[in-house]
Amino acid sequence: MSGISTAYKWIAFRTIVTKEVRRFTRIWVQTLVPPVITIALYFVIFGNLIGSRIGSMGGYTYMEFIVPGLIMMSVVNNSYANVVSSFFSQKFQRSIEELLVSPVPNHVILLGFVAGGIARGLCVGVIATVIALFFSGVHMHNLFITVLVVLLASTVFSLGGFINAVFARNFDDISIVPTFILTPLIYLGGVFYSVEMLPGFWQVVAQANPIFYMINAFRYGVLGISDSHLGFSLMMLVGFTLALFAVSMYLLHRGKGLRN
Amino acid sequence: MTIAISIRDLHKTYSNGHRALNGISLDVAQGDFFALLGANGAGKSTTIGIISTLVRKTGGTVEVFGQNVETHTYETKLDLGVVPQEINFNLFEKVFDIVVTQGGYYGMPPKLAKERAEKYLRQLGLWDKHNQQARVLSGGMKRRLLIARALVHEPRLLILDEPTAGVDIELRRSTWEFLQQINRAGTTIILTTHYLEEAENLCRNIAMIDKGEIVVNTTMKSLLQTLNQELFVLDTHTHMTAAPELPGFEVNMVDETTLEIGVTRQQSLNDVFALLSARNISVKSMRNKSNRLEQLFVSLLNESGRRGGTAATHNGAN
Repeated sequence: MSGISTAYKWIAFRTIVTKEVRRFTRIWVQTLVPPVITIALYFVIFGNLIGSRIGSMGGYTYMEFIVPGLIMMSVVNNSYANVVSSFFSQKFQRSIEELLVSPVPNHVILLGFVAGGIARGLCVGVIATVIALFFSGVHMHNLFITVLVVLLASTVFSLGGFINAVFARNFDDISIVPTFILTPLIYLGGVFYSVEMLPGFWQVVAQANPIFYMINAFRYGVLGISDSHLGFSLMMLVGFTLALFAVSMYLLHRGKGLRN
Repeated sequence: MTIAISIRDLHKTYSNGHRALNGISLDVAQGDFFALLGANGAGKSTTIGIISTLVRKTGGTVEVFGQNVETHTYETKLDLGVVPQEINFNLFEKVFDIVVTQGGYYGMPPKLAKERAEKYLRQLGLWDKHNQQARVLSGGMKRRLLIARALVHEPRLLILDEPTAGVDIELRRSTWEFLQQINRAGTTIILTTHYLEEAENLCRNIAMIDKGEIVVNTTMKSLLQTLNQELFVLDTHTHMTAAPELPGFEVNMVDETTLEIGVTRQQSLNDVFALLSARNISVKSMRNKSNRLEQLFVSLLNESGRRGGTAATHNGAN
């Protein structure tokens, strides 16, 4: 079926990524500035003002404890937001047809959008890290794990944004999932606390939250402490990536919301 | 003769039960300038959607240059350029970026994509705007941008779905010239339009589609020859209060100094002038009413409607 070369696929992939990066940098006031303000407020209010009265967690100050969670929160939120808004906008104004009538294979389309989401997630993650340096010292327990977890988490959320965009029929639909599902999961995933502080039953419930593993694996990479086993957390991340990739490919193949 | 596109027994029924295509078959030869005409909802855009894979067919086959669009999707797409009916690019992107990006989707290295983008934006008179956002373009310019975008990978087959809708006359005529130029250079063109004059001027072969069926598939020349009656518009010096009665002729008074008179092949214009002269009506000027195709189109659709939608296919030279 496909007589298409790898060189062709690479050019097409690079074209999609370039377009995505150009999009979020063109509207930087909407895409890059708000997370900077949000993260700075979190550091000032929760980390500095309230955190100074909380004491240490896992051997670190409260500020140091929440930094990995806040960075991870910025990364995943922005990865998701980038893909869901870009793909849905293109679907809404039908410019996605540019891609659909072209010979670009479905997996290249998906990887291109995901790479765009990762790019924005990493961009905001770096900015959040720089802001964190103003409030807290630098820790890096394991750089490889840190980078791996960021990439995997960003990929999972980019894929999630893609699936949301495929099903969305209007702009309300692309804000419902982040507002009513993602935000509660992120806040309950242990950004601001250790699950050890929860009663036994709720500790079990917390472990059903996929974001719990992302935050703790990242916290392990940065601080060397975690509420979950690192190997299991990485396995969960890889599992989510593969599952969401398969669902996305299925939807693209079926042309759900894209082809009549 | 190489066939650019071959459609066989194409069916499409949408999920709401609407049957948009009811088994159409069509061949378009390489190098042809082909018109696909039909009223709104006749099935033109559905046909184009299936060729470009935006619409999934219910049955039948489509081949582009001998390759099935389902089994050789990527190869057939490389041969195909589509100009859609609706503006479908990001209005906030720069004109140049829109065309270059499309080149990238067709595997063109950035340098080549930029060269081609410049070439076609210049040819379509858009180069002055290449660094501006697409939203600042006029309606006609946006349509020309769609054409530049569809041509960047230099497809062998170009399909245009109403490319000049809402475009002013001057821009429309320059677009026609451009399309004739690329057709002469070898690009096969399929055009759908509501401006029947456009099809008459540009296309060598024509198919008319009605209620998802091909009702006419022939050469433009032979189709126009089937038109038995021509309409003439006469401007008179004489002011009239009612349409004069000219035995044997169909006369319609447009205003007090303008008449529309239908003359069949068997009749003579001399008889018209003699009859008018006998009624002391002096003729100042006369012209052939354009849109002969439009008359034919309406009469064919009426004929098809009287037959209950059954195809009355004229199989001409095509």
